[in-house]
Amino acid sequence: MRAIGIILAGGNNHRMKELSQKRAIAAMPVAGSYRSIDFALSNMTNSRIGRVAVFTQYNARSLNEHLSSSKWWDFGRKQGGLSVFTPMITSENNAWYRGTADSIYQNLDFLKESHEPYVVIASGDCIYKMDYNKVLEYHIAKKADITVVCKDMPAGVNVDRYGVLKMNEESRIEEFEEKPIVANSNTISCGIYVIRRRQLIELIEKCAEEGQYDFVKDILIRYKNQKRIFGYKIHDYWKNIASVEDYFEANMDFLKPDIRNYFFREYPDIYSKVDDLPPAKYNVGAKIKNSLISSGSIINGTVEDSVIFKGVFVGNNCTIKNSIILNDVYIGDNTYIENCIVESHDTVRANSYHKGEGGIKIVIEKNDRYVM
Amino acid sequence: MIKKEMIAMLLAGGQGSRLGVLTAKVAKPAVAFGGKYRIIDFPLSNCINSGVDTVGVLTQYQPLRLNTHIGIGIPWDLDRNIGGVSVLPPYEKSSDTEWYTGTANAIYQNIEYMDSFNPDYVLILSGDHIYKMDYEVMLDYHKSKGAEVTLAAMPVPYEEAKRFGILITDEDRKISEFEEKPENPRSNLASMGIYIFNWKTLKEALIANAAQPALDFGKHVIPYCHSKGSPCYAYEYNGYWKDVGTLHSYWEANMELIDIVPEFNLYEEYWKIYTKSDTLPPQYISADSVVERCIIGEGAQIYGKVYNSVIGCGVIIGAGTVVRDSIIMNETEIGAGCEIYKGILAENVKVGDHVKLGVGEEAENETDPHIYNHGLVTVGEKSVIPSNVSVGKNSVVSGITEAADYPEGYLASGKTMIKAGDKA
Repeated sequence: MRAIGIILAGGNNHRMKELSQKRAIAAMPVAGSYRSIDFALSNMTNSRIGRVAVFTQYNARSLNEHLSSSKWWDFGRKQGGLSVFTPMITSENNAWYRGTADSIYQNLDFLKESHEPYVVIASGDCIYKMDYNKVLEYHIAKKADITVVCKDMPAGVNVDRYGVLKMNEESRIEEFEEKPIVANSNTISCGIYVIRRRQLIELIEKCAEEGQYDFVKDILIRYKNQKRIFGYKIHDYWKNIASVEDYFEANMDFLKPDIRNYFFREYPDIYSKVDDLPPAKYNVGAKIKNSLISSGSIINGTVEDSVIFKGVFVGNNCTIKNSIILNDVYIGDNTYIENCIVESHDTVRANSYHKGEGGIKIVIEKNDRYVM
Repeated sequence: MIKKEMIAMLLAGGQGSRLGVLTAKVAKPAVAFGGKYRIIDFPLSNCINSGVDTVGVLTQYQPLRLNTHIGIGIPWDLDRNIGGVSVLPPYEKSSDTEWYTGTANAIYQNIEYMDSFNPDYVLILSGDHIYKMDYEVMLDYHKSKGAEVTLAAMPVPYEEAKRFGILITDEDRKISEFEEKPENPRSNLASMGIYIFNWKTLKEALIANAAQPALDFGKHVIPYCHSKGSPCYAYEYNGYWKDVGTLHSYWEANMELIDIVPEFNLYEEYWKIYTKSDTLPPQYISADSVVERCIIGEGAQIYGKVYNSVIGCGVIIGAGTVVRDSIIMNETEIGAGCEIYKGILAENVKVGDHVKLGVGEEAENETDPHIYNHGLVTVGEKSVIPSNVSVGKNSVVSGITEAADYPEGYLASGKTMIKAGDKA
C-alpha cells in the first residue's frame, strides 16, 4: 500500500453532554454493535492500509479497551499494524496534544520512520464507508498538495459547526472557513485528508516552529492560496457525531432499510471487536416493532422504533419507544422509556418512567443490580 | 523442554450419519447449533475455560468447514506460541498408511503430537456433545483418586441405560465392570465419552493394541487398561449434557435454549461459549413482525412472524411468513407468505414465496425412517425451494429443486428428494 493512516480520536465535545463524560467520541457505541472508530478503522483495512496510528487523549480508557487487540480489524501484523498514541512526557515536551497538528507533531517519528509515500488522515467520530484509494488516485491525478474529502449538505441544513469550503471549477479549494457564523456555501469538509508524507512532515514542523497547533486553521486555511488544496466530493452516506442530536439521528438512520443494507450487507464489511455474546432472546411478551436488537440481549417487553445495544435486558411489561439503549443496560419491569438515550451499564429500577419532552433525554441511573 | 500438564484430543472426524442431510457436506462437529454456534464450540470453549490450552482436533470426514471454523483458534484464545489448537488429519506414512479406523486408532496415529508436549495427562473428548464442564475439576478428581483412567459418567433413567455404555462401580466410584448397551443394566451410570488418561498408561495401551482393527476406546483401550489392573474411576457429572446424535435430539436441544431460564444457559457471564463470528450487525425486527419465544443471531432480518424457533445469523424471513418450532441456520433466506412448521433448514437455503413446509398427514419416511421422523422436515444446505410449493412431514429436500420436482406442487409426507449427488 502506498499510504499510512492516521485516525484523530482525541476529541471531546460539550455538545455530547453527559455521553462524553465516560469516553472519547471515537468510542461512542453506534448502530447496536459498533463503536464509531470502527468505521474509520474498517475503511483503513478495507483500503489495504496496513500501518495505522490512532491519536487519542480525552478519556481514552473505553477506546483503549476497544482497541486492546487489533486483530478484529486485521491489523495484527508483523509489518505495520495498529498503534495507539497518547501524549507522552519527553525531554522536549510535557504538554497534552494542544490541537490536531500538535498531536501529529508529537508523534512525528511515526511519520518519519514510515516509508509509504502518502498519509490518509481521518477522524474517529464519523460514520461512513470509503475506499481511500479512490481519494488517493484523485489526489495524484490532480497533482494536489492536500486533498480534502467534502460533501454537499442539503440546502437549509445548518452548517455552522463544520468546516465550510468553496471550490473552483477544477475543484481547487478557494475558500475555507471553520465554523462560520454565516456560511456562504453548503459544501463541508468531512475531516478526511490525503497528503504526501514528506509534505505533511514539512508543514507540521513549520507549524510547530511558529507555535501553531491546529491542522484545519493553521494548515488548510493558512496555506489555501499557497498550496494546491483540492476537494474530493462524496455523495454516499457520511455523518459526523458531534452532538446528542446527531448521535441519536445517526443511530436511528440504521432503521432505514437502504442505510442498513449499505452498511450491514454490502461489501465491504465494517469490523468491530467480537464480544462472544449469545444470540438475542425473545421471551413470551416480547413485542418488537421496527427496531434493531443486538446480541446478548433478552427482551420481555415492547420495543418500538428503537436501537437496543449489546447485552441489554428489558423486563416484563416494559415499553421502549424511539429510544437508544446502550450496552449492558438492565431495565426493570413495568418501565416506560420514550425519546431517551440510556447510558451504558445503567440499571433502571422497575416501574420507572422516562420521557424526553421536546428533545432527547439522557438517562443515567446507577442503581444496584441484584438479579439477572 | 516443553511441558503441558494436560492436553486435550478432540475427536471430530465422524460423519454423524443420523443427522441425515445436515452432515452430507460437513462433519457433525461443524453443524450449526443454537443460532450462532457450531457443535464443536462447546468442547473447545470448555477446554479454554478449564485452562487446557493445547488441543489436537482429529478430523477426517468432510473437514473443510471445520478447518475454516477453527482456523488458528483465535475465537477460543487458542492461538498460542506453544500449544494452542492443531488440526490433525490422517496422513501418509512410509508404510501402513491408513485412515483413522476407530477413535483410539486416531489417537494412536498421533502419539508423536502428544509426546511433543510431554504431558502427564491426556483428555479425550468428542466433538458432538452439548455441555459445560470444568475439566480441571475432573483432573483434580483423577489425581485425588490416584486413578490412571477416569471416565466422566452421568446417571440416566434405567429404561434409557440400555442405549449407553454403563459403568458398574463400588462406593468409592472405582469401576469394577463395563457393560456396553446392556439389556438389563445393573447400574445407571452412563459413560459420556470423556476420558482422562495418565499419558504413560494411554501410550502403553495404544501401542499394545495397535494391531487391533478399528481400535476403539470403549471397546478395546479402556477394557484393556482395566484388565491390566490400572485403577479406573467414574467421575459423576450432573449438569446438562446432550448428545445431539439424531435429528430429533438435535432439534430438541435447540428448542430447549428458548425456555425462559433454559437448563443450558448461554447467558451466564461465567463459562462463556466462544465461536467464530462472521456476522456482527444487530438484527432488524420490522414493524409488522412477531418474535416470540425465540433466539435470533446477528444480522438477521425478520419481517414475518417467528414463534418458538432458533434463527441463525444473517437469516432473512419475509413479510407474512410464519415460522414455528423450527431451526433456521445461518444466511438462509425465506420469501414472503411462507409457512414453516418443525423445519430444520440448513445454511444458505433459499426458499421462495408462499412455500409451506411441514404440512399434511403424518407418514413414515420412505428411505430413512430412523433418521427423518417426529414430523420434522429437513432441508439440506444450499438447497433451493421454488415458490408456491408444499412439503409434507418427515420429508427431506436437498439440492436445487424446481417446481417440476413437486407433483401438483406438493412433496408428500415421508418423501426423500435429494438432488445433484447430495446423497447423504
